[in-house]
Amino acid sequence: MNDAIDVMVNGERRPVARGATLLELLRSLELDPRAVVVEHNRTIVRRPRLGDVTVAPGDAIELVHFVGGG
Amino acid sequence: MTTAVDTVRDTPFVVGGRTFHSRLMVGTGKYHDNETMARAIEASGAEVVTVAVRRVDLDRSQETGILYHLDPNRYFLLANTAGCFTADDAVRYARLAREAGFNEFVKLEVIGDQETLLPDVQGLLEAARTLVKDGFRVLAYTNEDLVTALRLEDAGCAAVMPLASPIGSGLGLLNPYGVRTIKRRLTVPVVVDAGVGTASDACVTMEQGVDGILMNTALAAMRLAVEAGRTAYLAGRMPKREVAVPSSPLEGMLD
Repeated sequence: MNDAIDVMVNGERRPVARGATLLELLRSLELDPRAVVVEHNRTIVRRPRLGDVTVAPGDAIELVHFVGGG
Repeated sequence: MTTAVDTVRDTPFVVGGRTFHSRLMVGTGKYHDNETMARAIEASGAEVVTVAVRRVDLDRSQETGILYHLDPNRYFLLANTAGCFTADDAVRYARLAREAGFNEFVKLEVIGDQETLLPDVQGLLEAARTLVKDGFRVLAYTNEDLVTALRLEDAGCAAVMPLASPIGSGLGLLNPYGVRTIKRRLTVPVVVDAGVGTASDACVTMEQGVDGILMNTALAAMRLAVEAGRTAYLAGRMPKREVAVPSSPLEGMLD
């Protein structure tokens, strides 16, 4: 059984370990969970729950933060 | 609150139950670099700064986030929904912004036209109602149409933000009567957003009696312009007349 699956992160296909949580995904991308907001299949996942949610093949994950704007 | 002129007393600037010390709100976009942005905002004296919600760039350092350059304890972060063309998108962006954990305020934009970036007022009203119900304090970016502004107030918006002219146009206050009418008829604060191009524009806009201005292309001089315009409004302008009236006494002239 293959130990990696493909998910869509910010519109790009990315391999992640099978069974990885959102928190582990952030760590693998070297992102500080306090500095991003995570949307998983159109549902916001709050920070305390990031370690509870496991990703599945084809999941759509959006990682956003604040940038300069008017 | 005191203005640039001590003899003119002002009321506090309150939006959504929160008092702000500056009537000038500033955007954080379009700066050449983050250091310039941080210095310009500091010089502006603004407390409310707007930010946008965007995807993290996964191929670059996370320091692209604005919070690495702007102290969230020092400024009040007002997230916008810029770039959203539907009510659903705007609601989605607002909820993501709230999850960042700073406040429940949102500068709601629902854009209806790519070229002019004028608001889609139908989508705007729909999104405003949804977000108010969801506990947001909504500051709604709109045009200078009175009826839309009234509907936004009815929807529970914390403030209404009519444009001076299209976003980024710098055309100044094109419809002072429209903005003045909105201010006269609404109870919630009216903050003019977009198109204020320079200090004189800011001053003239504040002279209409509006509660504040939001500018993105902010300069230090705007602080003085906003205070000057506010003070002029509070002091009241001199009445206009068609004939001259001498300022010096007519008595005591030499024979």
